[in-house]
Amino acid sequence: MTDKIVTGARYGLRDWLAQRITAVIMAVYSVIAVFVLLTSKPITYGVWRDLFAQGWMRVATLLLMVSLAWHAWVGVRDILMDYIKPAGLRLALEVLVLLTIAAYVGWTIQILWR
Amino acid sequence: MPEAAVKMIRKPRPKYLNLQALIFEIRLPLPGWISILHRISGALLFVAPVWLLWMLDASLASEAAFNKIKHYAGLWPVKLSLLVLVWAYCHHFCAGIRYLFLDLDKGVDLETARLTSWIVLGASLALTLFLGWNIW
Repeated sequence: MTDKIVTGARYGLRDWLAQRITAVIMAVYSVIAVFVLLTSKPITYGVWRDLFAQGWMRVATLLLMVSLAWHAWVGVRDILMDYIKPAGLRLALEVLVLLTIAAYVGWTIQILWR
Repeated sequence: MPEAAVKMIRKPRPKYLNLQALIFEIRLPLPGWISILHRISGALLFVAPVWLLWMLDASLASEAAFNKIKHYAGLWPVKLSLLVLVWAYCHHFCAGIRYLFLDLDKGVDLETARLTSWIVLGASLALTLFLGWNIW
């Protein structure tokens, strides 16, 4: 008998795969970002502002944040499933994590397109 | 099966779930260390955006705010914290690539798994030093 609980995993391949795909997206962004930052030294306010004024940088950074959101949700939920056993507490923490992640994405959009 | 026989087969197994056992008794093999560090660094990177987004927000607000953040990032406790986050990112990055290969059934035998664990540990520390040295 399978014991499906509401705060458990979704018993599928989707999140597992999503975590790996988002990992690759973030890895590519990181390598490019490090390269850009190391080759544009010294970083003054002008360099910094112009970098984030470009459309591709804004979209790429938003893509990074959305990837992070999905990736972190799967990861943090795994941690909660391992260590937090009472279903009510786990659900409450999961909601807190989701709200935090949603706030990260909202804040990122606000920073990038102000 | 008689109950006595069941009891003989099902011996109570030792359960090492207390903190003392976790710290002093269990000798975690190297790939295990990579794994738990992957989890710890991941948890750290989940909370880090609160701080990092705050700094990004301020740094893009105005030139004065940018210079303020630059000064703030130069204070040694801030530098040290940032360096910890850089390490967490590098470790999570390197260990993550190792897990992607493990997912593809590459490097699952003990010898290779140990070797790649050392590589992950070394590469993430080297990357941290390289980035740390470049930033400061």
